[in-house]
Amino acid sequence: MNGRSPILQLHNLTKTFGSFTAVKGISLDISEGEFFTIVGPSGSGKTTLLRMLTGMESATSGDILLRGARINDLPANKRPTCMVFQSLALFPHRTVGQNIEFSQKIKGVEPAKRKARALQLMAQLRLPENYYDKSVTKCSGGERQRVALARALAYDPDILFFDEPLSAIDYKLRKTLEKELKDIHRETGKTFIYITHSLEEAMVMSDRIGVMRSGQLVQVGSPQQIYSSPGTKFVSEFIGDVNVIGVRATATTGVHAAEFGVDFVTQPVPAGFGEGHLVVRPESLRFLGSRSEAQNCLEGRVYNEYVLGSRIQYQVRVGEHVFIVEKLRQQAFAGSLDDQVLIGWDAKDSILVTD
Amino acid sequence: MTTLGKIFGPGTRHAVPLIVFLLIGFAAPLLAVIGFSFIPARTFELWQSWSLDNYIEIFNSTSYLSFLWSLGLAAITVLILAIICYPIAYGLARVFGKYSTLVTLLFTIPLFVSENVRLYGWVLFFIKNGVLLGTLKAWFGIEPDSWLFTSGIIVFGMVYVYLPFMLFPMTLGVSMVPDQTRDAAFDLGATRWQVFKEVELPLSMPGIMIGFLLSFVLAVGAIAEAKVLGGQQIIPISHDIEIAFTYAQNWPLGAALAVLLMLVVGTLVLFVLRRFDLDAILGRR
Repeated sequence: MNGRSPILQLHNLTKTFGSFTAVKGISLDISEGEFFTIVGPSGSGKTTLLRMLTGMESATSGDILLRGARINDLPANKRPTCMVFQSLALFPHRTVGQNIEFSQKIKGVEPAKRKARALQLMAQLRLPENYYDKSVTKCSGGERQRVALARALAYDPDILFFDEPLSAIDYKLRKTLEKELKDIHRETGKTFIYITHSLEEAMVMSDRIGVMRSGQLVQVGSPQQIYSSPGTKFVSEFIGDVNVIGVRATATTGVHAAEFGVDFVTQPVPAGFGEGHLVVRPESLRFLGSRSEAQNCLEGRVYNEYVLGSRIQYQVRVGEHVFIVEKLRQQAFAGSLDDQVLIGWDAKDSILVTD
Repeated sequence: MTTLGKIFGPGTRHAVPLIVFLLIGFAAPLLAVIGFSFIPARTFELWQSWSLDNYIEIFNSTSYLSFLWSLGLAAITVLILAIICYPIAYGLARVFGKYSTLVTLLFTIPLFVSENVRLYGWVLFFIKNGVLLGTLKAWFGIEPDSWLFTSGIIVFGMVYVYLPFMLFPMTLGVSMVPDQTRDAAFDLGATRWQVFKEVELPLSMPGIMIGFLLSFVLAVGAIAEAKVLGGQQIIPISHDIEIAFTYAQNWPLGAALAVLLMLVVGTLVLFVLRRFDLDAILGRR
């Protein structure tokens, strides 16, 4: 990643609880100053992984290296890392100022100095100065997020961890805070490691994304890589609405879909690809005037339409199989529901994935 | 009805039965006691010339000693309870897991047996040639003096009897501290002791304070421990009140002592509640 040296290296990191393996042999390098997001559904082991990285959980086996030094056995309070919790875990009996200054008070920094630092952080995070003496319980959701972030930044950690802090926030504010967080990442230049179950959230903020499933990292890459070439059906479906067709490789750039009894032209089939799935994004599908307008074509019936602000989605049924076609509002489908239509896509938009 | 309905809202009207019940069942006896404390000694007629004679009589007698004993014993009991109960409460809330129900049950079951019966059980345990001393004598041939009828054994009895009243509010207090808050403090560089001092203790304070108040108020009014285990070597204030109302047939003096006790305890409780604003601790204000 930009030739920067790795700040955090994981070697074959594993965590078991009794007979259950929560994290299975994860190896990963995270670069200095990177915004790395770990995405996975609940139960994928991402929180356990994060707790091992912060020192709140001990690793069963494997190594965690911080700038080359093994920190497996270093407890959380001795690690130069800090976490923003899902619940934020602010201290309800303390004011905004006292919350932010907590780590410095613990270190014995003199009051005037730590107040100056707190006020500076509050300014950076756009918290009004008069909030210094305000009880955190009286702050709004967005303000609390900022207090929690300021408290973590006041610790001056080498790495900041985030455990889905935005999950409980309403959509609009979440979108704003996602961008703010990315700005803060730029301003501070610190390494951010973020976990979330929302790939959409990860896309907005991250330099790189690691997708987790059943305790393993199934794919690591830039948001663009994850989006355009998901390796597995799991990753492709995680991104959002996709059309998935079960296929079998038949040629170097062709597959057979038994469900429809037709062949599709695709990107070059990867070596060793036998049975798998063909993934076509909703925005890659088009309504066709004739079969010759696209390399691949299916005939179906428009069943319903959903208006998503600037875009419109159409549900098209080919037999029992439901396809989602997405169009910009300006390119809306001219016909009406229950019309027989031809939908098609090109080889370049045919993504082949394994299970 | 219509005029009444106009003056009082539906809430007030529906509260009337409860208000009447509380007035008759709770306020009236209290007012009667307060009234009795002002009538001449050894009389039973409420409506006569009132004076402060009973109170003056208290300050001229040795009753202040009973007051001091009661308050002192209660204070020591509460202190010992706090030290004993915090680790148990911590265990119940965070360590014992599925066994905490069992432990809770072990602390609750004795409450089903009358306090006096349990105290007499301890008498049998501590009495000369009883369970403890008899065993020591039979096995080791040593015969220490019995601890019965000392102030120490009274404190022991009070700690034993009032333990649940400290333990359970405290457990509630400790379990109110969110795990992530604890983790956050630790993650921000705090040592175990700093986590306890800065986060756990203040956040569990509401439960701890309620435990303090509950056990203190009960312990100040304790009487059976001094009678049964203490063998009346020490006379707590509630014993004085009982004597005044029974043997001495001096209701006005007993009433005056009771009022004074209420005032002292009430003042202490108010002071503590002001000092430790529970709402503020909980962050509600």
